[in-house]
Amino acid sequence: MAITNYLVLAMILFALGTTTVLLRRNAIIAFMGIEVMLNATNLALVTFARIHGDLTGQVLAFFVMVVAAAEVVVGLAIIVTIFRSRRTASVDDANRLAG
Amino acid sequence: MTTSAAEAVLFWCLAPLMVAAAVGLLVVRRAVHAAVCVVGLMISVAVLYIANQAPFLGVVQVVVYTGAVMMLFLFVLMLVGVDSADSLVETIKGQRGLGVTFGIGLLVILLSVLAHTDLPEAIGLTTANQEGNPNALAEILYGQYALAMVVVGVLLVTAALAGLVLTHRARIAPRLSQRELSSRRVAARPGALLAPPPAPGVYAQNNAMDTPALGPDGRPIEESVSRVLRIRGQARDAGEVAGGREAERLTAGHDHLPMTATGVVPPAHPAPHPGPQAPPALDAVEIEDLAAEAAESEASE
Repeated sequence: MAITNYLVLAMILFALGTTTVLLRRNAIIAFMGIEVMLNATNLALVTFARIHGDLTGQVLAFFVMVVAAAEVVVGLAIIVTIFRSRRTASVDDANRLAG
Repeated sequence: MTTSAAEAVLFWCLAPLMVAAAVGLLVVRRAVHAAVCVVGLMISVAVLYIANQAPFLGVVQVVVYTGAVMMLFLFVLMLVGVDSADSLVETIKGQRGLGVTFGIGLLVILLSVLAHTDLPEAIGLTTANQEGNPNALAEILYGQYALAMVVVGVLLVTAALAGLVLTHRARIAPRLSQRELSSRRVAARPGALLAPPPAPGVYAQNNAMDTPALGPDGRPIEESVSRVLRIRGQARDAGEVAGGREAERLTAGHDHLPMTATGVVPPAHPAPHPGPQAPPALDAVEIEDLAAEAAESEASE
């Protein structure tokens, strides 16, 4: 098995994550799509680290994980705040700024 | 560099599962099912990390992503409502078609980039991981990326604060004390019985849910029998229970004796059949009056 199979898998997952963000209107599910995209990039980074024999790729993946954790905290807090004021978690209903 | 056969088996077992989980995230209706799909996907990714000679990241992936992040997601799902199913009606016309087209286009572009890239022959991490993967990572993290580590620490503290501030709810009205709550409750139902209703009748001869209790005046209290029994018409009246002695006592004029030496409770009035026509529960003033009356009659006797 060629090692680039991991990269192909990462790309498929990334595309599926993007499509989830584009299509799902439940804010939490769209957010999970973002997590899937981040995981796909991490998988690609780890594979590149292995291809190049350099651990920096793994360090980058580690940083991505940490930033993703921080992002999840803030993102979910925003979703909870919107849910409290609008009683909905659908991204369609957060339209107060629309003209 | 090609991988070992064992790794190929692992990959071909996990990859279809991962793609299926990602497709599941895209199509399932319920948010909880989507979360379960993502958890499975993330655990599989962790296994692939370990297969890719990154055991430290594999463990961190399980701890941080499936342990913390996905639990946070489930927590918020509980808060928002587990039943919240996404409506599958398109609100923007053609959004679904466009989204799928975009996804496929993105995949094609990414794959074509990969196909046109001349990747070097894979080296593998055996030499880099010689002193252990976590040790080697630590050397890079705290050497080359020491400043980035500090900045990331600041970021995490800021995110924690942001979580606290964003979910904090300011108290607009003053907190109600128990006293205010109870006075509100009294004011809301003027004249209503605030205490629990009296228990149903318990007599020496008879101990049953379907007989009414007797008030201090000797009259049966209809409310003491369960509402269900009253509606079904299964409530008995106090006269039935007291039996033959009651007539005797009534003629003797013991109108206000709630309890006698024999333990038989005589009903107060000649025909005090409760059932549907039973007198309503007495309010406090009436009961006081009746008690005074009873005391008077006792004194006269």
